[in-house]
Amino acid sequence: MTWTMHVLGRARRHAVLWSVQFAYMAEYRAEIALWALSGVVPFIMLAIWQSAPLPGLGLDGPMLGRYFLSAFVVRQFTVVWVVWQFEEDTIQGRLSPYLLQPLHPLWRYVAAHQAEQATRLPFVMLIIATFFLLQPAALAFPSPPRLLLGVLAVGLAFAINFLLQSLIACLCFWSERATALERLLMIPTLFLSGLVAPLQAFPPGLARLALKTPFPYLIAFPAQLLSGDPLPVEGGFTVVGGFLAMALWIAVLLPLLSLLWRAGVRRYGAMGA
Amino acid sequence: MVVWLLAPLRDLRRHLVSLRRFWGTSLASQLEYQFNAFIELLAMVGNLAGSLLVLWLFDRQGVPLGGWSWAGALVVLGAYTVLTGFTSCLLQPNLSRIVTHVQEGTLDFVLLKPIDSQFWLSLRTVSAAGVPEMVLGVVLMVGAALQERGSLNPAAVLLMAAMLMAAALTLYALWFVLATTSIWFVKTWNATEVLRAVLTAGRYPVAAFPPALRTLFTLVLPVAFLTTVPAEALLERATAPWIGGSVAVACGALAISRAFWQLALRFYTSASS
Repeated sequence: MTWTMHVLGRARRHAVLWSVQFAYMAEYRAEIALWALSGVVPFIMLAIWQSAPLPGLGLDGPMLGRYFLSAFVVRQFTVVWVVWQFEEDTIQGRLSPYLLQPLHPLWRYVAAHQAEQATRLPFVMLIIATFFLLQPAALAFPSPPRLLLGVLAVGLAFAINFLLQSLIACLCFWSERATALERLLMIPTLFLSGLVAPLQAFPPGLARLALKTPFPYLIAFPAQLLSGDPLPVEGGFTVVGGFLAMALWIAVLLPLLSLLWRAGVRRYGAMGA
Repeated sequence: MVVWLLAPLRDLRRHLVSLRRFWGTSLASQLEYQFNAFIELLAMVGNLAGSLLVLWLFDRQGVPLGGWSWAGALVVLGAYTVLTGFTSCLLQPNLSRIVTHVQEGTLDFVLLKPIDSQFWLSLRTVSAAGVPEMVLGVVLMVGAALQERGSLNPAAVLLMAAMLMAAALTLYALWFVLATTSIWFVKTWNATEVLRAVLTAGRYPVAAFPPALRTLFTLVLPVAFLTTVPAEALLERATAPWIGGSVAVACGALAISRAFWQLALRFYTSASS
C-alpha cells in the first residue's frame, strides 16, 4: 500500500513538473522555432551528398534524402542543453534551493527538455512536410513497427546524450566554466554521429572505431531506423545489436553520473554562502 | 550620404585611442582564463580535423566537390577558418552583448557616451581566442594554394586579402543587423545561431551545391562571397564580376547595417519608459 502511494506520488510530482515546464516553454515558441531552424546542418550536408554521389555508398538520392531528414529529426529530439542551464543555476545560486527539495534536481532538467521537445514537434512536422514538397521523390514513410522502433531509439539516444552532457554539467561543481568542455564534446557529436556524413561513407576501420563510441547511437542508428530503408548489410547496425549497445551505454553512464553527482554535491560550496 | 556613413571616421584619432584602451583592458582580463584558451585551441583542432574528414571522404573516392580539387577545397576551408576566427575575435564577444544591453537597460548608458554607438557596440572588446584560428586559416589557404599551383603570385595574395576583408565586413554586417533586431524582439539571439548554422555551408565551395542553393547562397545569403571568392582570388581564378560583386556586397551590407541601426534607435524607447 505504502509502496503504491509512493509510486503514485512520484508520478503526480512528475506530471506537475512536466506541465509547469511545458507552460514555460510554450511562452518561448518563437525562439524554439528559431532553435529548430538552427539544426539545418543535415540539410546543407544533404545538398552536398546528393550533388556528389559516392560510388558504392549504397544510398541513392531519395535514400540520402530520407537519411538526412531522419538525422535532422533525431537531432531535434536529442538536443541537450543541460550544461548551460546547470552552469547558470550554479553561478546564480539557484541550485541551493533545488538541492533542498525532495526531488533530484536533474529530473527538473529532464522535464524541461521533454517539454521543449513537445513544443518543437509542430515545427518539426512543418519542416518534414516542406522537405517532402521540395523532394517528392524521397516521399516514403517507415512501416509502423519500424516507426515504433525508431521512436524508441530516439528516446534512448536522448537518454544517452542527456547522461553524457550531465556528466559534463557535474563538472560545474569543480569549475565554473563547464561549457568550454561541452564545446569539445560537440565535435565528435557532429562528425562521428552521422549528422554530416552517413557512417556507410566512412572507411571500414573508422566506422568500426566510431561504433565503439556512443556517438553513432545519438544520430545514425535512430536515423537509419526512422528512414525506413533497409539497414546497411556491412559496417552498420543490426536492430538488436544497436539497441543492446544503447542499453550498454546507459548502463555504463548512469552509475558514473550518480557517483560524480554525489562527489560533486559533497564538494558544492553554494555560491554566496 | 558619405559623411553619414563615415561618421566614426570624422574624429578618427579619438576613436583609435579609445579602441586601444578597449582592447588593452579586454585582453588583460582574458589572461586570467588560461584554461579556456587551451580548450579553445583543442576545439579549433578538433573542428578542423572534422571538416578535413568530410572533405577526405569525397577525395578518397576520387569524387571532386563541384569540380574543385582536394587542394582547392582546402583553400575554401582555410577561408572559412579565418572567418570563424574573426567571428570569435570580434563579432561573438561584442554583438552577443547587444541583447543583454537591451534586456538590462544598459543600452541607455551606451547611447549617452560621446562616441558613435555602433562603433562602441561593435568594437568594445576583442577576444584573443580566435587569433590562432585566423593564423591557421591563413596557413591552410597559402599551403593548399601552393600545393595546387606550385607558386604564389603576390598580386593574388593581395587580392585574396582584400576579398577576405570584404568578406569580414559582410559577415559583420549580417551579424550586426540580426543583433539589432533585438531592439524590437528582445530574444532574437537564437537567430544568430541559425545564421551560424547556415554559414557552415561556407566550408565547401559554392559549386558543390545544387543550382537552386547556389543562387540562394549568392543572392540572398552571401556565402559564396564569404569563402569561395577569396579562395578563387588566391587561386587566380576570380573573375572581375565576382571581385566587383564582393566589394559591392560588402559596401551595401555595411550601409544597410548603419541605416538599420539608425532606424532601430528611432524605435528604441529605453528600458524604463
